[in-house]
Amino acid sequence: MELIFELGQEGRGLDLLPACDVEKVVLQAPKREKKMHLPHVSETELSRHYSRLEKRTHGVNDGFYPLGSCTMKYNPKVNEEMAALPGFTNVHPLAPVESVQGCLEVLYTLQEDLKEIAGMDHFTLQPAAGAHGEFTGLLLIKAYHKANGDEKRTKIIVPDSAHGTNPASAAMAGFDIVNIPSGEDGCVDVEALKKAVGEDTAGLMLTNPNTVGIFDKNILEITEIIHKSGGLCYYDGANLNAIMGQCRPGDMGFDVVHLNLHKTFSTPHGGGGPGSGPVGCKDLLAPFLPGCYAVKTEEGFEYEACEESIGSMRSFAGNFLVIVKALTYITTLGAEGIKEASQNAVLNANYMRVKLADAYDMAYDVTCMHEFVMTLEKKKKEIDITAMDIAKAMLDYGIHPPTMYFPLIVHEALMVEPTETETKEEMDHVIAVLHEIMEKAKKDPEYIKHSPHHTVIGRPDEVKAARTPVVAYTFE
Amino acid sequence: MGSYVPNKKAEQEAMLKEIGYQSFDDMFSVIPDSVKLKAPLHLPSGKSEFETANCIKKMAAKNKQYCGIFRGAGAYNHYIPSIVKQITSKEAFVTAYTPYQAEISQGILQSIFEYQTLICQLTGMDVSNASVYDGATAAAEACAMCKDRKKKTFFVSETVDPKILSVIKTYSFGSGCEVVMIPEKDGQTDLIKAKELMAGTGAASLLVQQPNYYGQIEDVRGAVAVAHEAGAKAIVSCNPFSLAVLETPAEAGADVAVGEAQPLGLPLAFGGPYIGFMACTQDMMRKLPGRIVGQTNDEEGNRAYVLTLQAREQHIRREKASSNICSNEALCAMTVAVYLGAMGEKGVTEVANQCVSKAHYLQKGLAEAGLTKKYDGEFFHEFVTCCKESAYELCDRLEEKGYLAGLPISEHELLWCATEMNTKEQMDDLIALVKEVVA
Repeated sequence: MELIFELGQEGRGLDLLPACDVEKVVLQAPKREKKMHLPHVSETELSRHYSRLEKRTHGVNDGFYPLGSCTMKYNPKVNEEMAALPGFTNVHPLAPVESVQGCLEVLYTLQEDLKEIAGMDHFTLQPAAGAHGEFTGLLLIKAYHKANGDEKRTKIIVPDSAHGTNPASAAMAGFDIVNIPSGEDGCVDVEALKKAVGEDTAGLMLTNPNTVGIFDKNILEITEIIHKSGGLCYYDGANLNAIMGQCRPGDMGFDVVHLNLHKTFSTPHGGGGPGSGPVGCKDLLAPFLPGCYAVKTEEGFEYEACEESIGSMRSFAGNFLVIVKALTYITTLGAEGIKEASQNAVLNANYMRVKLADAYDMAYDVTCMHEFVMTLEKKKKEIDITAMDIAKAMLDYGIHPPTMYFPLIVHEALMVEPTETETKEEMDHVIAVLHEIMEKAKKDPEYIKHSPHHTVIGRPDEVKAARTPVVAYTFE
Repeated sequence: MGSYVPNKKAEQEAMLKEIGYQSFDDMFSVIPDSVKLKAPLHLPSGKSEFETANCIKKMAAKNKQYCGIFRGAGAYNHYIPSIVKQITSKEAFVTAYTPYQAEISQGILQSIFEYQTLICQLTGMDVSNASVYDGATAAAEACAMCKDRKKKTFFVSETVDPKILSVIKTYSFGSGCEVVMIPEKDGQTDLIKAKELMAGTGAASLLVQQPNYYGQIEDVRGAVAVAHEAGAKAIVSCNPFSLAVLETPAEAGADVAVGEAQPLGLPLAFGGPYIGFMACTQDMMRKLPGRIVGQTNDEEGNRAYVLTLQAREQHIRREKASSNICSNEALCAMTVAVYLGAMGEKGVTEVANQCVSKAHYLQKGLAEAGLTKKYDGEFFHEFVTCCKESAYELCDRLEEKGYLAGLPISEHELLWCATEMNTKEQMDDLIALVKEVVA
């Protein structure tokens, strides 16, 4: 389809502003010389352009979206309505504290709720995404060791099953990364961990349940090993949807955690943000928290900042409207609803795992948490069908594929996370589709290898995109 | 209790049995008792949608709504065309994930490609990424782009927004890089001092802001020359509307252009979500952090868009990645694109001109009312005034009348902002009020 730049005519546009009601001032400073090519379209053309783009986009509202590690649950509409209230959207972030009491109440209430859910003593809502939260948490660990005069602690231990952001965040915080292999059960190899720790250990980054969807039962022993070595434990909250209301990172021995409001707490992903990645910590890290947080006093809500703060992770208090959506969600669910959500996230994952086990090899055929990993390694050898082929075949059925080729410790991986908001009927349908695809792959592998057949484009040439990058439209 | 779980209790139990579990407890026995919660979470009970909405609306109602906003300092009040919110509320856009599956994500991918093109048009640069969290993180990421094994010092002008500076310092605490300030002179970057300070230091970058924190228009071309002479990269953090009328970062010779794109269609929203834009020269493309969308084709030759140059990114490079960023501000990027589509070149230039004209009208009026202009240099849509009275008290008095005044940046100084949203009538009223207080 056309790009917006290929539509319209010179001179076309919308009438949006009144004429200037004061004398026009022309600046003396050097002026822009080069023409600025912006679209010149009518409102009709603009509106239809984006309607066409919407039709070429698959969202949670368009169908099943079992993208592992991403928690693509249904995004309630009331959240959106609350975040659009003018009482929130019109507030200047630097307005005096008395005039923003409602915003501060939102921050304070969510801080308190997240403390309880994660078992932490403090929370900052400033980080704008999960990776941003990881970076924040690692800076807290760095500041803690520095304050203790313990700057030889330069290493962060990361299991080889970790999200790619973990080592990347640790590197941004200036740490060296020690990768430790996972055990055969997909969990932390405790013996390998014992060998890895030492006087240079700054901390460990872990998610539990881990990226293969298994709850690491040795978690208390793991966090104790790190603590005994003098390190701290970081919890990657990407998988919190499996355990909220069941157990808490704070009770597993973690000192610092980030949560993904856009995953666990149903604020939508927006095609890649805005997200929100609040960071919680135990008392020992509290002096270093970034930015300002909300406190409740007798006169109302106030800002407070930490004296030894690491500084600011971004401007202002955080992705505030995302925070409003998460608070709306938690207010709706309450204690019992939160537990119900994790129960059903885990139930749905196990239901699909068991029902697919006859046609697909499970990387670990044990009770999973909110997600499970299938491996096409054998099928690739037997009938030359890869994880990519299965994923692309699913597109023709209007189903978003699972996460592909992650975690790295499983070859030809497909990671499935149905979430709690899918009906049994929808899951039965998807299970049937996956069986049908596997049957077809055996009978007519070429058809599957050339999937998808019914999407607006076929498989794109990614090599060409990277070798000869075209990253902006060229105007004549 | 509110719930978004569609399967009712009986169905849940049937499913459990069907796959071999006696109960939820049985299924959750994989979590050791030693870490299980012994009691329910101490949170209020869940609420119906009706009750929840009332509860949140009550909070929103506690915020004051001003009849006029004369404060900027990093967050700007501009007109948002109706079509912007309508388009960016479309469910598929709102609920999609990062477009990993290109075949069913062409809409999001194309919208990002169009956004990247628009940012290149505004800044004049060659390459834009799909966005970062905000203008401050964009500046911090830009500094990180410029460092290498030998060059680990970032020079930053004192006239840069302190919030941006704070984020650069925080990021640098992580990377172990040094941040050195270039002093200000008469509200602008002291380029003579900059030259002295940077010479022979192994400087990685010099960052200036256009217009700067005080609203002053900087000599960006001069700053770029100083940076390049010291062997450093030049980074310009710019207000997007200034790009419509002032020499672009590309024309001034900058290597990286960044900024806060909130003014382009995003509400003030107590500080977020906002969106940082980042664009650079072709030479630096492979150092640019974050998502980038590229054009290619499918087997049949149809034009197609994909996430590209992923060898820079965390999920491939892990600890060697150029940044850890993955989720960015995609829906905000679409907001910016729709805004620019609605405004067009004419509209954006008009906003820029109205901002300049109204800020100058306001400054003149305030000067007549007794608030003197602090700096003599040319300004864009913000300026600093001095007064003998307490700046805070003056703000309080204006607040009583429903105006959010300039931001107090010291006991006797205010940083004012005017945009197309401030009418002459409103400014005249404000000026009259100031006159009463100051006199």
